[in-house]
Amino acid sequence: MRLILTNCKVFGNEKADKVFIEDGKIANEFPEDKADRVIDLKGATVTPGLVDMHCHLREPGGEYKETIATGTASAAKGGYTSICPMPNTNPVADNAAVISGILKKAKEADNCRVYPIGAATKGIDGELISEMGLMKEAGIVAVSDDGHPIKNAGIMRKVLEYASDFDLPVLNHCEDKSLSEGAMNEGVVSTSIGIRGIPTAAEDIMIARDIILSEYLDIPVHICHVSTKGGVRMIRDAKARGVKVTCETCPHYFTLTDDMCATYDTNFKMHPPLRTKDHLEAIIEGIKDGTIDAIATDNAPHHADEKVCEFSVALNGILGFETAFALGYTYLVKTGEITLERLIDLMCYGPSNILKLGRGGMNIGDDADLAVFDLDHEFVFEKDKMLSKSRNTPYDGYKLYGETILTVMGGKITYEKLC
Amino acid sequence: MGLKSKDLLGMKQLTAYEIMEILDTAKTMKLVISSANKKTSHLQGKSVVTLFYENSTRTRLSFELASKYMGSASANISTSGSSVNKGESLLDTARTIDMMGTDIIIMRHNQSGAPHFIAPYLKASVVNAGDGMNEHPTQALLDMLTMYERFDTFEGKKIAICGDIYHSRVVRSNAIGLTKLGAQVSVYGPKTMMPVGIENMGVRIADSVADCVKDADAVMGLRVQLERQQKSLFPSIAEYAKFYAITPEMLALAKPDAFLMHPGPCNHGVELPTAVYDCDQSVINEQVTNGVAVRMAVLYLLMARRNNL
Repeated sequence: MRLILTNCKVFGNEKADKVFIEDGKIANEFPEDKADRVIDLKGATVTPGLVDMHCHLREPGGEYKETIATGTASAAKGGYTSICPMPNTNPVADNAAVISGILKKAKEADNCRVYPIGAATKGIDGELISEMGLMKEAGIVAVSDDGHPIKNAGIMRKVLEYASDFDLPVLNHCEDKSLSEGAMNEGVVSTSIGIRGIPTAAEDIMIARDIILSEYLDIPVHICHVSTKGGVRMIRDAKARGVKVTCETCPHYFTLTDDMCATYDTNFKMHPPLRTKDHLEAIIEGIKDGTIDAIATDNAPHHADEKVCEFSVALNGILGFETAFALGYTYLVKTGEITLERLIDLMCYGPSNILKLGRGGMNIGDDADLAVFDLDHEFVFEKDKMLSKSRNTPYDGYKLYGETILTVMGGKITYEKLC
Repeated sequence: MGLKSKDLLGMKQLTAYEIMEILDTAKTMKLVISSANKKTSHLQGKSVVTLFYENSTRTRLSFELASKYMGSASANISTSGSSVNKGESLLDTARTIDMMGTDIIIMRHNQSGAPHFIAPYLKASVVNAGDGMNEHPTQALLDMLTMYERFDTFEGKKIAICGDIYHSRVVRSNAIGLTKLGAQVSVYGPKTMMPVGIENMGVRIADSVADCVKDADAVMGLRVQLERQQKSLFPSIAEYAKFYAITPEMLALAKPDAFLMHPGPCNHGVELPTAVYDCDQSVINEQVTNGVAVRMAVLYLLMARRNNL
């Protein structure tokens, strides 16, 4: 397959207006009549394919919410070419057999490079360390008990130590569950509408613990979906003194706040919960100054039956793949907070580096993993047009910039907007 | 005449004008309750269903009597005797009731926001009879009716509320309703039972029971749920009664003509000593009568709105 992308801007190369793709790689120029297809991008921007280091594909066990095929199609629509599903499936991805099954399904779908994250402890129970070595052989790139924070500090220490033997990053969802019985951020809004609150302290306490363990052991730790001012501050301070801590945030933490829960709309219910404006501003500050290394989606499909219900009963999380780049571009780049280069850093190179995936190459001979975004025209995001099986997004009807036009993974077109 | 909204979800959704309209109507309804022939035709030809997911004695009974005094057909569903226990979703249950031609569904639910969730899906009016820790609007309205019978205005009146503020939907509804009418609400309870940011609802957080009650025009005690002790929110009943109860000495700090309220049921000897419960200043039993009157007013005004459409 030979492909030419023409009439485009090329990220990182101001002079170029074409990209040549041959045998899955970015290639030297060749004549148009040798191409199988020439695509006129009408001035859109070609960037490296995005990397999502934190998502949920729900298969095995949750196929009524999402399958690996639909989830990866949804990711491709968001411009993603590499994604890392979390292990909280059923059965839990805590052994090589489940990991192999996920990779087999991903290969069949062939919409994205799928790099699974294995469970850090067996059954994500937080007690016994998992077979990290065997899972690494099967293809995992990191370990995590996402959603089930490892509450016992002694076990967290063993997870960090054992994972480091296999050079596997440890990603922790930081939340002290003894403080967080609630369903939304603790504050003025939770008090007003009578929903039990989750204090920022629940997140901060475990971030502090993980930084302390990482510093003491001199082993890297990665903090998932940071949502608090205190978390950003502690990670910034730790990095300044050389602690090997990295972190991610998600688009909802720099676009939404807890007052949006006031009508009990369950599409604003997530974990960690949406915080207040001062925390949102601290997240943006952390994105600007480099404290935050990555923007992940925490893409969390849920069936309507699990969201169209009482607020405290509803499951946590929202879809993220199909809105992440546009939210980042609209709320961070268009507003002048950061450059497009920094956004691509956060959504491609940052996560790729943390997980050592080697993605994002744009030179001749590199894998042709590319995304094309229309940065100039506003579009209305419509949930009914999503490729996910689920519809749990709070962004329906949002006017955004940065619509995906085309996604190419290993030279194959995985998403194409029908113009 | 009538309420603006199809539903009564909370005091948050009512205007000051609507609150006064309910209270004025309730005063008239009270005459019906005290008359020899307790029957009006306000709800004739209407059907009212109470759907209670939590236990209740006075709220449920007062809604039932209110609807019967006004001539409606009424029916009850409780969680033990319906398909709720078979795992039917709240929305399916509510739609089922709606499709039987029900005009008003009165619901109590242990989840905050449950009535807000179902109301947009239903033709029937939804009346919130208590949702989780959020609101209990008809309790606040009956409390306000009890005050309104003694005050000519709410403006500048001092209302003290003591007890488990965190878990109380009664406090939230009263705080919202009373501040909308210009009253000053003070709250006090153990810090383990004080929610973050309650001052943003327009109330003052007192330093002690004494500070809360001082110079108050009305004092309200709240039921302490004794099982909270198991959750380490207070160490013992004895300690709670000593430091957080409204004792005769505390009540004496309020204005001389102040009166004492309690939404019931009361734990005698915990939040209120029995002597206080039964004292001359106590209007607790009258609150119960007013509960029926205010619920008659609410049901009537919801249907009056519908007749106007």
